[in-house]
Amino acid sequence: MTQHDTSTATKEREVSGTSATEHPAVQASSPGQSHVAHVESTAPGSLRVDDLEAYYGSFRAVSPVSMAIEGRKVTAIIGPSGCGKSTFIRCLNRMHETARGAHIRGHIYLDGEDINGPKVDPVVIRRKIGMVFQKPNPFPTMSIYDNVAAGLKINGIKSKERSMDEIVEQALRQAALWDEVKDKLKQAGTALSGGQQQRLCIARALAVEPEVLLMDEPCSALDPIATLAIEDLIRQLAPQVTIVIVTHNMQQASRVSDRTAFFMMNAQRSGELVEYDTTAKVFTNPADKRTDDYVTGRFG
Amino acid sequence: MTSTLVDTSLRYRRRKLFSNIMVGAATAAALGMMAILALILGQVFLEGGRYLNLDFFTQRPQPLGQEGGGMANAIVGSLIVLAIAAVLALPVGFFTGIYLSEYASDRFAGFVRFVVETMAGVPSIVVGIFAYVLIVRQTGTFSAIAGGFALAVIMIPIFARAAEEALATVPFSLREGAMALGIPSWRIVLRIVVPTAGPGIVTAAMLALARAGGETAPLIMTALGNRFWHDGLMDPIATLPVQIWTYATGPYDEWHQQAWAGSLVLVGVTVGIIGFVRLVYRGTQFRQL
Ligand SMILES: Nc1ncnc2c1ncn2[C@@H]1O[C@H](COP(=O)(O)OP(=O)(O)O)[C@@H](O)[C@H]1O
Ligand SMILES: [Mg+2]
Repeated sequence: MTQHDTSTATKEREVSGTSATEHPAVQASSPGQSHVAHVESTAPGSLRVDDLEAYYGSFRAVSPVSMAIEGRKVTAIIGPSGCGKSTFIRCLNRMHETARGAHIRGHIYLDGEDINGPKVDPVVIRRKIGMVFQKPNPFPTMSIYDNVAAGLKINGIKSKERSMDEIVEQALRQAALWDEVKDKLKQAGTALSGGQQQRLCIARALAVEPEVLLMDEPCSALDPIATLAIEDLIRQLAPQVTIVIVTHNMQQASRVSDRTAFFMMNAQRSGELVEYDTTAKVFTNPADKRTDDYVTGRFG
Repeated sequence: MTSTLVDTSLRYRRRKLFSNIMVGAATAAALGMMAILALILGQVFLEGGRYLNLDFFTQRPQPLGQEGGGMANAIVGSLIVLAIAAVLALPVGFFTGIYLSEYASDRFAGFVRFVVETMAGVPSIVVGIFAYVLIVRQTGTFSAIAGGFALAVIMIPIFARAAEEALATVPFSLREGAMALGIPSWRIVLRIVVPTAGPGIVTAAMLALARAGGETAPLIMTALGNRFWHDGLMDPIATLPVQIWTYATGPYDEWHQQAWAGSLVLVGVTVGIIGFVRLVYRGTQFRQL
């Protein structure tokens, strides 16, 4: 059973009282209520995961997970390698279904709306829920500027209020890269250092103004200094965008996140959510023995 | 004390010997191949170089018994037939390559790949017969169009497979990055994947053209040949390989000389294309690093 403090639990009950009338879909799945971690925030960009299972063919990589991810906060996903962290967060923006034989069960709600609803286009979900990957992947044929503009340009999206230059500049500033690249926007994105490339990818994801930004071990290919730069950035971004970050680095999770979810493989080699609570609680006073063992480095 | 780092066992020495023999055999085979290429190129350059002159590029064949003349009409004819082939084959091959590389998980894609591979294995003479029956018979005349069609059929599988390979070199992470931006899949292919594979696709197209440009048999049955300037696309048209074949197999010394000169031009263009493509490709790879 996951842990919660009473104040958020009370809040959750109030919220679900109102949202049930607004979103019938939420109500329909309410029988699963008892599994849901008892946090739900009214901040935009909040996610609720309801009995989510992820499969590759018949292999269940993630066993039923229920958790509420607070809007405009940083949530860290930690756990040993192979426990389904990547699979889990790829479900959150429907990237999971792009793998061969992949499918899910259960529900994910973005601000109360089912992202897997019958009429929902995954392409639209991915515009609202962006993703940054383990290895920086700037588009090699494009300049720094075009990389940042790619999501809008290729989709033919034009803003009435702001010019593309303004959007690109703002995204690069948000990604703390502007000062380093403002004089070479026409240069190839691939000419930057690894850390800069990763920040370029963050800027690229931010330019489409997502509600949520998913990051799958975004620093694992970077050196310690570049890693610290990205961690600073994550803290600065949190008030504007919900962040879910997978990391194998426990210091990183404790430095950047507000809440931490600990996943582990069960006997069927399927990932399970063992504990989900405030980061302080998970790292200093975890409720589950396995969490304690993991965060103190006794295994994993 | 004996060294533990030096292995003197018989087994080791045998293995070492075997390894040396294999390396030697492979090197010899490679050298042999280079010698064959050198012989072909050497003879073509020697003989062809002796008879190649400006007239070859500007004059059409002279009547029998007269000195001089050239293959200007055949050179232009080859370019026209290749242009027709390119217009027909490049779009089809391009989209087939995209289909194979980007949507290859469909079951139908396996069938498409089988068709493409079978097509690539069909002897060019059979392609010629096919084009003859389908176009020459139907239109009642040998023509540039029929020749272009035959060459297109030869080019499609070559280009499709090479384009597929070029597209397959684009890392999946780029497609994933684009997907995560909410870009629909066909736009990802056209705006991200194809430009990234651009140099490879251009290479594929050039190599397919070079291959088709040297084909002779299917053209004999479709474009036929023409001693004069052609009279439109529905008219028989001279092409370089057919002209070379006609002259090389003819009884006259002047014809043989012209055939050598033609061979030099054909080989020169093919080697030139391959060299050019290599150079361009290299350049872009360096730029991307
Ligand atoms: N594309 C795939 N097809 C089949 N199985 C996969 C695929 N990707 C991951 N898996 C399996 O799913 C499980 C979870 O993997 P993953 O989510 O990558 O774990 P983590 O990110 O925690 O290291 C592993 O057992 C892995 O082998
Ligand atoms: Mg992973």
